[in-house]
Amino acid sequence: MTDPVNQEPPREIDDPWRVMRAATRARIGLGRSGNGQVTRDVLAFQADHARARDAVHTPLDTEALRLGLRPRQALTVTSAAKDRPGFLGRPDLGRRLGIESRECLERGDWDLVFVLGDGLSAQAVSRHGPSLVASCCDGLPGWRIAPPIIALQCRVALGDDIAACLGARMVAVLIGERPGLTVSDSMGVYLTHAPAPGTPDSKRNCLSNIHDHGLSPAEATVKLLWLINEARRLGLTGVELKERTPQAPSELQREEKGRLAP
Amino acid sequence: MSYAATLSGERYMFRDLKHLMGCASPYRSGDALAGLGARSATERVAARYALADLPLTAFLNEALIPYEVDDVTRLIIDTHDRRAFEPISSMTVGMFRDWLLSHEADTRSLTEIARGVTPEMAAAVSKIMRNQDLIAVSRKIEVITKFRNTIGQRTVLASRLQPNHPTDDLRGVAISTLDGLLYGCGDAVIGINPATDNVETGRALLEMLDTLRQTYSIPTQSCVLTHVTNTIEIINQGGPVDLVFQSIAGTQKANEGFGVTLDILAEAQSAAHGLRRGTLGDNVMYFETGQGAALSSDAHHGIDQQTVEARAYAVARAFDPLLVNTVVGFIGPEYLYDGKQIIRAGLEDHFCAKLLGVPMGCDVCYTNHAEADQDDMDALMLLLGTAGVTFLIGVPGADDIMLNYQSLAFSDILTTRSLLGLKLAPEYGAWLEQMGLYDSASGRVLSRSPGETRLAGLIGWQS
Repeated sequence: MTDPVNQEPPREIDDPWRVMRAATRARIGLGRSGNGQVTRDVLAFQADHARARDAVHTPLDTEALRLGLRPRQALTVTSAAKDRPGFLGRPDLGRRLGIESRECLERGDWDLVFVLGDGLSAQAVSRHGPSLVASCCDGLPGWRIAPPIIALQCRVALGDDIAACLGARMVAVLIGERPGLTVSDSMGVYLTHAPAPGTPDSKRNCLSNIHDHGLSPAEATVKLLWLINEARRLGLTGVELKERTPQAPSELQREEKGRLAP
Repeated sequence: MSYAATLSGERYMFRDLKHLMGCASPYRSGDALAGLGARSATERVAARYALADLPLTAFLNEALIPYEVDDVTRLIIDTHDRRAFEPISSMTVGMFRDWLLSHEADTRSLTEIARGVTPEMAAAVSKIMRNQDLIAVSRKIEVITKFRNTIGQRTVLASRLQPNHPTDDLRGVAISTLDGLLYGCGDAVIGINPATDNVETGRALLEMLDTLRQTYSIPTQSCVLTHVTNTIEIINQGGPVDLVFQSIAGTQKANEGFGVTLDILAEAQSAAHGLRRGTLGDNVMYFETGQGAALSSDAHHGIDQQTVEARAYAVARAFDPLLVNTVVGFIGPEYLYDGKQIIRAGLEDHFCAKLLGVPMGCDVCYTNHAEADQDDMDALMLLLGTAGVTFLIGVPGADDIMLNYQSLAFSDILTTRSLLGLKLAPEYGAWLEQMGLYDSASGRVLSRSPGETRLAGLIGWQS
């Protein structure tokens, strides 16, 4: 038997929505049974929900990520949340370093540090993190960039704590976004100038939806480098730093979603 | 001032009003996270006894956040309408619940007291109300607002069409918009959460929606849900802004976390009024709220999440919004753990907002790290439909491919309307019928393939 999850749902050859599905992965043109949905679509939805649920609970493979970041020597830290249930239930713990991790970070003199956090999808940062770090480091000659930090049970604000321990003047947190039904490996990047514990979210800039069907790592690199340079020039990040990367008409970008913070 | 009640032979003490409110609140993960809430089931009910005996005037005498430090408190106190409060001024919280449920409390009398009710009074009474009480009282309240159509009537369930796309691709957004229009969705607003805060992208999306609206003479309004300062900038550039959007919360500090102040909101409202784009009315603001927002920015001042959420409705009310909705399950399981908590919170938010006179809708939704699924959403949408919710949000197939969470499908809104005998906004229904997509006699949205309607021209479809 074939796995129904990996099979394209059978659709009629003359399905008028077929062409449009090339332009969006949204669940458009679903069948109707009365006012409700047809069996095929109901089960496809349930299969995707099951996959997303599983993505939330799969742990980060730190060894593979460490290898992916070479030749840069990454350090691994853990937040004060020790496991997945603790992480999901206590966001405050995910925002600060565990005691042992705090002791292993040495203070230095850094312009910038990259933090790669599992967030709500470890797959996301494993797949898209290393290439973004490499291309950004290449694009910042002369910058003092700290060794990349792999962070477990990590929320965005953990970057503030890490940067404060390292003495870094800016932090870019690359983190797994909450998995959706269509994409379970979407990565976000949160850039914070002068990071310190307690920094409000309005003082960050964000690029989100970095994945194979969203913002590509190459596009994200251009935007992130622009933001990093502007942040240093203006001495700030957040709502006062409006993203204005010059863009070709086909080029797409995204930033804060204007919704309640994760 | 402290409060107390004796239950099962034990004396329970509550050190102040916010402690009492927190303990009386139904259990939810966000209050546990904040270290608030009752330590036992018995203590919770004891708190409700004490709360039920509290005069409503207590909320005018003891501010949960001091007047001096919080502009939302100042707004609540300074705009409290003593005359509207008069009919309920001698009631306790328990008497207030009984009166709200009584047949004497009809649509008119509930409208008359709205400006006399503070968010804290609404939150307090909701804590001693069961889900069916929240529904029964909400259903009696009618908050009507207008821009290019009329929504909020007791027979109407409007909907926001939410055609988000992970790269703000104009064609992708247009296709999802067409999909929603074929289901008769979008009478509340066609509203896009942009993936980027980029001003030019926001303007491009607005211009596309505006062209679409004008081409097909759709009696609705559009909105790009970007930061209010971006919208002001788009207005200054001459962009076609119908509604100004902003996420808001119940404390000054939480609003600062969103990068917004009451002054900025007033400036934006004034700028949007200046455009004079509404044909039937000038409700130009659109707000989103949600329990847990204040705690997530450590701006809750030790107040339980439901009470601090209700305070956001005082902020909303001050700007005569067309639409407000709670994004109830969006914030995640650390604030609302499962379907049971999400359903309860959705009903509380809707009730408190309506009691204050705010046109409340709901994003009936959940995330993939919460213990919830579409069955829970079915329950909440039907309960809110019964409660007279102003609008619900629909996305293609209930799957938001940009924000990565699940809301309702367009078909769910059809189901809710048909089960509960609710209609589209009247102007929108008439337009949809003209387009051959709706039969007002049967109340059915007709099933048409894109090639069978000239709306398909909006994505360059050739039949």
